[in-house]
Parts: sequence; structure tokens; C-alpha cells
Amino acid sequence: MSVDKFTYLESSCVPLPNENVDTDQIIPARFLKATSRDGFGENLFRDWRFDSSGDPIKDFVLNQPEYSGQVLVAGKNFGSGSSREHAAWAIADYGFKVVISSFFADIFRNNALNNGVLPIQVSAEFLEKLFEAIEKDHSQKLSIDLEKQELSYKDEVFQFEINPYKKTCLLNGFDDIDYLIDKKTKIHDFEESRLKV
Amino acid sequence: MKAKTLFDKVWDAHVVEHVEGGPNILYIDKHLIHEVTSPQAFSGLNARGLKVFRPERTIATPDHNVPTVNQDLPIVDMESRTQVETLKANCEKNQIEMYGLNHPNNGIVHVVGPELGHTQPGMTLVCGDSHTSTHGAFGAVAFGIGTSEVEMVFATQCIMQSKPKKMRITIDGELAKGVSAKDLTLYVIAQLGTGGATGYFVEYAGSAVRSLSMEGRMTVCNMSIEMGARGGMIAPDETTFEYVKGRMHAPKGEAWEQALEKWKTLKTDEGAVFDKEYTFRAEDIEPMITYGTNPGMGMGITASVPALADIQASELPSFKKSLAYMDYEFGRKILGKKVDYVFIGSCTNGRIEDLRAFAALVKGRQKADSITAWIVPGSKKVEKQAIEEGLVEILEEAGFELRQPGCSACLAMNEDKVPAGKYCVSTSNRNFEGRQGPGSRTLLASPLTAAAAAITGVITDPREFL
Repeated sequence: MSVDKFTYLESSCVPLPNENVDTDQIIPARFLKATSRDGFGENLFRDWRFDSSGDPIKDFVLNQPEYSGQVLVAGKNFGSGSSREHAAWAIADYGFKVVISSFFADIFRNNALNNGVLPIQVSAEFLEKLFEAIEKDHSQKLSIDLEKQELSYKDEVFQFEINPYKKTCLLNGFDDIDYLIDKKTKIHDFEESRLKV
Repeated sequence: MKAKTLFDKVWDAHVVEHVEGGPNILYIDKHLIHEVTSPQAFSGLNARGLKVFRPERTIATPDHNVPTVNQDLPIVDMESRTQVETLKANCEKNQIEMYGLNHPNNGIVHVVGPELGHTQPGMTLVCGDSHTSTHGAFGAVAFGIGTSEVEMVFATQCIMQSKPKKMRITIDGELAKGVSAKDLTLYVIAQLGTGGATGYFVEYAGSAVRSLSMEGRMTVCNMSIEMGARGGMIAPDETTFEYVKGRMHAPKGEAWEQALEKWKTLKTDEGAVFDKEYTFRAEDIEPMITYGTNPGMGMGITASVPALADIQASELPSFKKSLAYMDYEFGRKILGKKVDYVFIGSCTNGRIEDLRAFAALVKGRQKADSITAWIVPGSKKVEKQAIEEGLVEILEEAGFELRQPGCSACLAMNEDKVPAGKYCVSTSNRNFEGRQGPGSRTLLASPLTAAAAAITGVITDPREFL
């Protein structure tokens, strides 16, 4: 098994400046009844995106045709709350490859990485400027170079951090589970050593 | 030897390997699973041609997506039924112990683990649910994980995890009458904010924490995730040992003595360093209630919502959106505002002490006609005990009824949904938009505050009834 490789992306983006976007907003609990990983994109941001009769809410960004792309730019503390990986599945299934924010909740960050979605944490200042740039030019393109750990648009460049192990995984499409399965002997030894204490 | 924190001691003892430039391979002692976040992990495991590596370290209980009435009948909602049946089939195939619906041990995973003695000091414990932090009350390193990580634990009993930073929150002093563990945790979260502990593992210390019962400690650790913490823990002591002793899966005889000796070493050494420390006074805490749409938006029940001028410019758009959703005003009190629903239950406050507190307040009084109340025990054992202690009679005399166990209106995956626009005083853990049903408005509070609202039909200071 493997996740999609991620090396370089150039794309326009979708701005969502709200802060503290929790995973209940990303995918409400009533859509967690599936037993497969597919199709969650349909209900991404369901209650912000559609009204109670299922009609699109016009002023929500995913319903505004002038914004599109594979990058979601979100306000501070994105992905807080529930550990539901369905949130990351919904974001990936909708077609986002990157989420940019000035702050991510821990579990969401791991879940995104485990599904080939790159969470990029930027400074609050950079994020603010980026929102301004997107507001000026709705089709503002961003480039993301994972090898160089660079996020750029126009003359602006942000050097982002990523755990070197996770970076290797994404660049090569490796999967943590394969890595762990290769360590079975070591895990056995650990279990044995604990019995002796 | 270098002074270590409680967290360091437990974490370090479970590191199988430190991956160069990466996370640790962490060994997991106990894996709890439920019907909602496990099916895709089992499918992944199947696709790899693997079975669960250490099934004896895994227990399962359906809880998130089960009805809280007529549990003896087939589940009406077909998707929910399929999810619960899928869990059963996967557990049978992999020889995992499961407490299905109607089983005497069934209930919310974080209520069941401790009450059966699965949760013990010094363990690493994970579950595909963010409120796994509950088990930290026993001095365990316990945290929520995603489904890919559930699959890792199935496949290898390990997960890849970077070591979080360490925070200590000390609360000294004595909680006033009518102020409970829930108020303590809502107070701390209101001080730190909803992301205030992100990246950290928290140890709770101080005399106010020490004097809490195990159930109170579980409530506090449970809510750690609501300020973003990876988990929360409390050093085990006599209160802990007393609770664990004799439980079904607790060590017995000589094994108990050996375990006890080890557990007594599980405390932060003098001089150990935390990355961040906070100190609060128990006397500053009054019964708490939330007024907004994240758990950090809480205040003393007699206080006013922050005034417009007190909100930082950067936070203003979110704050305004939140208050508009709740239909509350800047700078105003919410005491006396209308309440439509009351929910007692969840892994935060669905234990016997919570039902006792609620019953004690409503005893001899009557539910307000305008209130719909859902009282949902955390487990079959809690339900049984509530019956045996006569709590159910007290509740019934006051116009309430006890439902059957499950997560229920905490996340409203089942039929227990608060309608759009209605206000619910809830003992659960999250007040996010639509958390208790599309358009629902949640006010997080303690069981006592919920009881007071259930009697009066409005937001009420429970101390009026004590």
C-alpha cells in the first residue's frame, strides 16, 4: 500500500479565513456512518456549504466559482476537535492536496500527512498577506516545492518546516504501516525485553 | 539520574525505536476500538493480507452510533446497523474481545475501559477517538488517533509518534460548594483557549486535582483535547489504586503487589522541567458555562459575555460569527436565558457520580415542562448501578427517564439530535456549531448546572439549589 507521492504543486487556492475550524465543520458526525474511505468530499463543510434543504449557500467559498484549486488556505487552529480521519479523507476526496494555516491541531496534522495531504504551517503575518493577495486576485497561483520546503507566490517565499521522516514518506509515497511492518523483529524483541523486567 | 516528568517515564518506557529525524516507534499496551473509526482500518489490514497482531491487547465496544432506546431490537437506521455489525464481524475474525449492544459490559469506550480495569497506571493506551485522554486520569499516556494509526496498531501494536512537549497545570486550593471537576476543566480551557495546549502533553497537579475522585479526574483529563493538548494525565495515588483494585482486568494477588510497587514510582521527580507551566487557584472557579462555539468560550455562570472592546481584532470575525450563531450579545449575561434541552451523559460526564449529582439536585423537584431531557448512562454498568441505588426512581418522580448507554447527543450521530435553533445545556465536551444536530446551540456545563436548568427551564446558577 502507498499514499500518493507529493513533490511539487502549482495551483490557485481557496481561502477560508475562519479561525478554529473544527473537524465537526469539516465533516459533521452524521456523515461518519460509512465503512469505506470514499465519497466524503461530497459532504466537506456540509453545513456551511448547503442549507437544510440541500441547496448551496451562495456566499460560502466552495460555492463561489471564482475560487478553485488544490490548495485550501485556512485561518488559525485548523482541524481542532475530533480525531476523525474522515476530515482528512473529505479534504483529499474533494481534491485538496495542501492545507495552509498559521496553526494546526495535532491529530488533524497527522491524519492529513497519512493521506498524502500536506499541511503547511506559516507565520500569522505570511497568512494575512496571503489572504490579502487572494482577495486582490482570486486566481492567485501558489507554488509548493516539498523538496526545498518552499511555498511561494509572486515575490513572496516562505520556508516551511516538516519532519524529515514525513517528508521522505510524502516524496516517495511511503506509508508508515509498511515501515512499521518492516520493524516486526524489533517489536518482538521489545516485547520480550519487557517480560524480563 | 536526570529528573523526569511522569509523562517522560511512561513515554520513554514504551519507545521501541527512535527514528532518525522522525517520530518514535511507540509500543501500545491497550487499544480500544469502536464502530465508527475502525472499519476502514480493518479493510486496510485485509488489503495487506494481515490479521490483528496482538488481539489480546485490543477491546471493542460499539458506542458512537447506537440508539439509546430499544437496544434489544435490531437497529432501525440501516447504515448504523451495518457499522455495528461490521465491528462485530471484524472482531470475530480477529479474535478481539467485544462488548456488543446489551452486553453487561457495553458502553462508551472511555467509561468501559476504566470500569473493567483495562485502564491501568503506566500504560500507553490509544483509541480512534480524541477523548482517549480520559484514561490519563490513571497516570497512563493515553491519546486519540486517526484511522490510519488504528491500522498501524492493528498491524504492529505500535504507532509512529513524535514526542510532544510537556506542560504542567497546577490547581491548588479547595473547590467551592457546587463547583465540580467539570467546572475546573472548563475554567482551565477558558484561560488557555481552544488551541492553548496544542503540541503539549499536560500533567495536572496541585491539591485541588489530588482531592478529586477518579471520576472527577477522568472528567478533567477527558477535556484536555479541548485546549488542543495531545493528552492529559494525573500521577496515580491511593485514590487511583483504590479504584483499580479488584476490577475485572486489574492484576490480582502477587501480580497486584508487583504492579503497585511499580505504579508508586509514577510521579514527576523533584526538579523535572516542563516546557510550560500554569498555576490556578481553585477558589477562583465558580460554576462554568460556555456561551460560544468552542470550548474555550466559557465563563462563570454569573459573568457576562466579553464586551466587543475586549476582543482582539484578529479574533473578532470568528467571535462575531460564534455569537451570531448562539444569538447572544457582547457584554451581556446569559443567566436566565431560555433553555430547551438538557443532556446528561458522554465520556465526560456519564458516570455514576454525575448521575448522583444530577439526581441529588432534582430530588423532590420537577422538570420544567418546556425542557426535553436526555439522561444517558455511560455504560450498562452505570445504568445497573443507577437502578440499584434508586436514582432511577428519584429521576422518574422528578419527571425524568434514564435512557440506554451510548455517546448519544454528545455528537448526535444517532437519533438524539437537538433541533436547529434550540439551546441545550449539555454535560458533554464540545459546543461546536451543529455538534448536537444541524443548527443546534450547545452550552457546556456540569451535571449540577444542567440539573438546575432542567428544573427552571432557563440558565440557572446551581448554587441556588444547594
